[in-house]
Amino acid sequence: MGIEPDRLHFSWVSSAEATKFIEVVTEVTDAVKALGPSKHFIKTEAKVA
Amino acid sequence: MLEYTDKIKEIAHRLLKECKVDMVIGFRRGTVPMMNEPHFVTQPADVERLVWDSNCGINLATYLTDRKEKIAVVAKGCDTRNIVTHIIENKIKREQLYIIGVPCRGMIDRRRVASLVTGEIRQVEEDGDTLRVQGEGFESAFKKTDVLQENCAICTHRNPVLHDELVADPLDEQTNVDRYADVKRIEALPSEEKWNYFEDLFATCIRCYACRNACPLCYCPTCFVDESRPQWVGKSQDPTDTLTFHFLRAYHCAGRCTDCGACERACPMEIRIRQLTKKLEKDCWELFDWEAGLTLEKRPPLDAYRPNDPDDFIK
Repeated sequence: MGIEPDRLHFSWVSSAEATKFIEVVTEVTDAVKALGPSKHFIKTEAKVA
Repeated sequence: MLEYTDKIKEIAHRLLKECKVDMVIGFRRGTVPMMNEPHFVTQPADVERLVWDSNCGINLATYLTDRKEKIAVVAKGCDTRNIVTHIIENKIKREQLYIIGVPCRGMIDRRRVASLVTGEIRQVEEDGDTLRVQGEGFESAFKKTDVLQENCAICTHRNPVLHDELVADPLDEQTNVDRYADVKRIEALPSEEKWNYFEDLFATCIRCYACRNACPLCYCPTCFVDESRPQWVGKSQDPTDTLTFHFLRAYHCAGRCTDCGACERACPMEIRIRQLTKKLEKDCWELFDWEAGLTLEKRPPLDAYRPNDPDDFIK
């Protein structure tokens, strides 16, 4: 539906897999940072005059 | 279609007279042309208003959920697939139903017909494959196949999958149709264009929920959009809220939608809601070899775990 593929990640990490967890988090944050802030699906608050 | 109508009347009359069922659900003529409405018959004398033509697009499975009485229902191919889904999901019992199956040649798109003429349509008559449209100062004829609803034109399950009695002999199923031409086109778009496509698609949505109300799958006692504690989604017409509603509703229908077209038919803004549900239908077919409502024996893909379920997306 138009969300960049790099913005959405799926992973299965056991509570015993600390190293994998770190890898996944690093990978996700790097990928999302590379994309920059999302432009879609952001609800702006109504402006009060 | 006259022979279908006569046969339906005859079956309904017989069932009610012999007290085999408490109610027959079928169609009667609507107050305006091309808008047949559901007809709930409980007395044998009332069967005379029952009718069948190419304006019976409403999915009658919608009226079956949580009913306690014994019901006979007039059902097209897609309706019977939704009835199968209802039985699987325990919304009604098979023993409660007497399914009057109708091999369906497709329903006409009243908006397409209206767009082909100028002026108000007063009368529409069907004669075989010809549709005669009359209004003030005009009269035209169309080929029915040219004005079919989009989902009917690409339908591959015209015959009822489950029935107690058929009103006519089964039809040949269509095999030379590409069900997913438009889905493939959207899949090929880059992310940004895809997003814009869907934002444009739902830009005119007025959040009337007609699509949800017409959908046989949308039977939740409280829909997630109506829930206020917690409130899952905003009630405004902000694109974010509108899209959340449509995306989520589509996902709730994944592996259950039979592409009956009730949502698009009901939409007052002519939004092509099936663009979402058809993508999920395609995914279910490609990933799980699944088409909704064809069998009572198997659980739908989102309801069952198989060790070989595709999981390439999980890292």
